Amino acid sequence: MNIRIIKDKIIANAMLILSVASVSFVFLIGIGLYWRAAPLFEGHTLFSLFSTSEWAPSKGKFGFYPFIMGTLWVTLIAIAVALPLCLLMAIYLTEYAKPGIRKVILPLVNILAGIPPVIYGVWGIFFVVPIVREYLAPQFIEYSSGYTVLTGGVVLAVMTFPILVSIVSEVLRTIPKELKDASLSLGATKWETIKKVVLKRAFPGIMAAAVLAVSRAFGETIAVLMVCGNVPVAPTSVFDAGYPLPALIANNFGEMMSIPLYDSALMFAALLLFFIIFLFNLVSRIILNRIEYKFIS
Amino acid sequence: MGIKKRKTEEAIFKTLMVLACILVSSSLFLIIGTIVAKGLPYLNWDMVSKVPQGGFYLGKEGGVLNAIIGSLYLAGGATVLGLLISIPISVYLNIYLKKGSLLSKSAKLAYDVLFGIPSIVYGAFAFSIMVWLGVRASLLGGIIAVTLLIIPILVRTLDEVIATVPKELKHAALSLGATRWEAAKVVLKQIRPGIYTAILLAFGRGIGDVAAVLFTAGFSDNIPKYIDEPAATLPLAIFFQLGSPIPEVQGRAYASALILTIIILVIVFLSHVLATKQNKHKI
Repeated sequence: MNIRIIKDKIIANAMLILSVASVSFVFLIGIGLYWRAAPLFEGHTLFSLFSTSEWAPSKGKFGFYPFIMGTLWVTLIAIAVALPLCLLMAIYLTEYAKPGIRKVILPLVNILAGIPPVIYGVWGIFFVVPIVREYLAPQFIEYSSGYTVLTGGVVLAVMTFPILVSIVSEVLRTIPKELKDASLSLGATKWETIKKVVLKRAFPGIMAAAVLAVSRAFGETIAVLMVCGNVPVAPTSVFDAGYPLPALIANNFGEMMSIPLYDSALMFAALLLFFIIFLFNLVSRIILNRIEYKFIS
Repeated sequence: MGIKKRKTEEAIFKTLMVLACILVSSSLFLIIGTIVAKGLPYLNWDMVSKVPQGGFYLGKEGGVLNAIIGSLYLAGGATVLGLLISIPISVYLNIYLKKGSLLSKSAKLAYDVLFGIPSIVYGAFAFSIMVWLGVRASLLGGIIAVTLLIIPILVRTLDEVIATVPKELKHAALSLGATRWEAAKVVLKQIRPGIYTAILLAFGRGIGDVAAVLFTAGFSDNIPKYIDEPAATLPLAIFFQLGSPIPEVQGRAYASALILTIIILVIVFLSHVLATKQNKHKI
């Protein structure tokens, strides 16, 4: 056989192995984290881990409830702030704006995606925290340090802007022009067409984008850790401090080795994050891929 | 509903849209503005040219050169390692495999999913590998964690770039008797600017991430000489110094944040230039 063909075959096989290995990596992460978290399941049921609130590693008490609630609060606030804004922006950019404006604004928003989380954290401390402390919170309650789930939610919202704006605009762009023209020719205004035709058609894609943004917010660590206050009590209002799961992992990793089961508990938190984000990503990517296939190919 | 009312509704929503655009795009300037305003007064030559001296964390002499170099080593090492893994993968998925084959489809889905996995999970996973292998927190550990983090970025970006190359190029090469590997080399040459873009993206992500290096890279006041020594990173230096009650140390955190932001903006600018070049490079 020709040496060139042999070379081609060898390279092909090597790359096949590499590709398969990298795909199975998704499962490897899950298995690896489970392996480290497993000791926790002896003596703790899943239900008790999720539903109890006491966090006292030295006494062997691992209640994840406050952390799960903290994560939920910041994530929901983030998506509630970011989704309407980004939806409006994406509609404007795809339906109303001139191409010139789009060309300037979209790269600008994409720069946000490159800003490191720690910079968002610093910004949160010096910009969002004071606003919450001085202006927002005093309207509703007597005193707030400014380090609240609301602050975390706002910082996370800004972090999810790029992913939301870019995916939603792409989804909106896949809506066939004929569909819009049909609605316009029947006398609907442009806004009515957007409301009743475009958004209806784009709904699955928008939801998929929202789920992706939620999972981004879910796993964000350092920025949230810097602005949320980190009090291990389930928040009851937007002006309470919170302690999301990723912040729990990051804050305690140094000291975990000395206390039994502590590292398993933190690995369990990582496993939980991985599992939820894996599911969210899988579902929304499948939806988005389907949209792409339907309209582009 | 009368036409007037319908038009008013449209006008209201259009105003809201413009406001949303202004708010979202201004957030970038707000962030950069805050960092510059806070960091500029504390930025000086010592910051970028000296490692921490005695009493640095009490506000005495020194700079964050150790963290800057540590971050460059870490992100550089991870990017090289990541490229070695991800170029073959994207070549295989896009050039060797037929479009729509089960492996290429599931691999692309897997990378989309891996792209969304947060860096803290990669950090935790890399940490458990390190415990298993008996590796201490070191430059090597950090490189492993960051490599895991950036491989999905590299593969996805390369994927997109390879997709811009016309299929005819590959077919022409193959029809002239080239093997698939030789055809792949032709394609790789064609997408060179795109590869640089991918490198910059991955490098930028690697240099800015904290959660992945938090327990894998350790921290040190010295510039690491060997790969098994702990290494400081710029984001972590910001994070640590910010927690200090001493004003001078906090000031250095602001200055470090400014340095990091400048590095990132340079990377963004370069990749923008390259993206324009890639467009011109098109056949």
